[in-house]
Amino acid sequence: MLAAKTVMEQGVHVEGINFFTGFCVEGHTHAIREKDKAKPKRNNALWVAEQLGIKLHIVDVIEEYKKVLINPKHGYGANMNPCLDCKIFMVNKAKQWISENGFDYIITGEVIGQRPMSQRKWTMPIIAEQSGADDRLLRPLCAKNLAPTLPEREGWVDREKLHSITGRSRKPQMAMAEKFGLKDYAQPAGGCCFLTDKFYSAKLVDLWTARQSKDYELDDVMLLKVGRHIRPKPHFKMIIAREEGEGRFMEGYRRDFISMVCTSHTGPMVLLDGEPSAEDLYLAASITARYGQGKNADQVDMTIRDKDGSERTIQVKPLAGEKLPEEWVI
Amino acid sequence: MIKEVLNARRLLCPLPVIRTQDKVKQLQPGDQLEVICTDPGVMQDIPAWCRINGHTVLETRSGDHEYVIVLEVGSC
Ligand code: SF4
Repeated sequence: MLAAKTVMEQGVHVEGINFFTGFCVEGHTHAIREKDKAKPKRNNALWVAEQLGIKLHIVDVIEEYKKVLINPKHGYGANMNPCLDCKIFMVNKAKQWISENGFDYIITGEVIGQRPMSQRKWTMPIIAEQSGADDRLLRPLCAKNLAPTLPEREGWVDREKLHSITGRSRKPQMAMAEKFGLKDYAQPAGGCCFLTDKFYSAKLVDLWTARQSKDYELDDVMLLKVGRHIRPKPHFKMIIAREEGEGRFMEGYRRDFISMVCTSHTGPMVLLDGEPSAEDLYLAASITARYGQGKNADQVDMTIRDKDGSERTIQVKPLAGEKLPEEWVI
Repeated sequence: MIKEVLNARRLLCPLPVIRTQDKVKQLQPGDQLEVICTDPGVMQDIPAWCRINGHTVLETRSGDHEYVIVLEVGSC
């Protein structure tokens, strides 16, 4: 946002590109969870574009992003975030986009030293080179600390009016935002990506381990954001809705998974991922019963629905014990 | 003038916006598009996307966990 504003002040025409990897935080969770309903439902990229008065192009990169996440050349960050490869990928996509749409160069809001892995002085040339953008990649917020790029050398932008911000402190950016009159300065990078989340990353690793394959579909990515995930046995996992909104969302997946719900008492919607046996179904039903109103009953009715829609009801005793074994909870 | 309907049910934001963007690219100025969604976030995101890109929201309505936005394609 500040990078765009910096060059726009010089009369440069800027348009925004936002890449949707499937792991972006905004949007999804509020759509599902009641507890998030109080939070603003705005999409940050759209909001920023509107504040700046520029067009925004949202690009679906879900399929192409798989190869970045599954096999990152530069490895992962603190969690399953492949930030450096991700940036190289996105700048490369932006480079393709500008050449198809008649733009001259790319700007990003990167700052040297802001992020431990992907925003270091040594990563800046790597991103420029490996993305193929080379010197058509301008970082207006720290340009003065880097070699002049094509737009600076050609005089398309005045290097003197660019910045030399470094380090983790966001104070210079805050001051700049205030100078530009931008009140609700957008969320810092990283907080908008599920891959930087420890709990989400653990669920993703569990999924890959259980399937013995580092692959995923968009539906997998979505379902990892929903419900409590419990794996009582290596070959099947339960996704237990935590509230009505999640249950409604999960109902859309009943053709893809075996599902169960308690019919004698109020209880959550549950999806089963994997190949549970008849015995496993009984165990899953007794676990499900723990999360409903019948948790203290001697017996509850659990209706199990197969993917083809056929249903049967079994009677189970809710699983006893204070807590579920820790190793089951993902 | 063409009137089209886009089914964006079960998609979570920003996918309904992306699908709307892609559909609008195939339409002409003055054409109308009705987008039917289940993610309540579209009530903010699609109008914001329209404002940014010069399209007009003609109608928004909701009920029975569905959210419908009717827009008219702008000239830019
Ligand atoms: S935090 Fe940002 S750079 Fe890192 S993986 Fe997520 S989207 Fe990519």
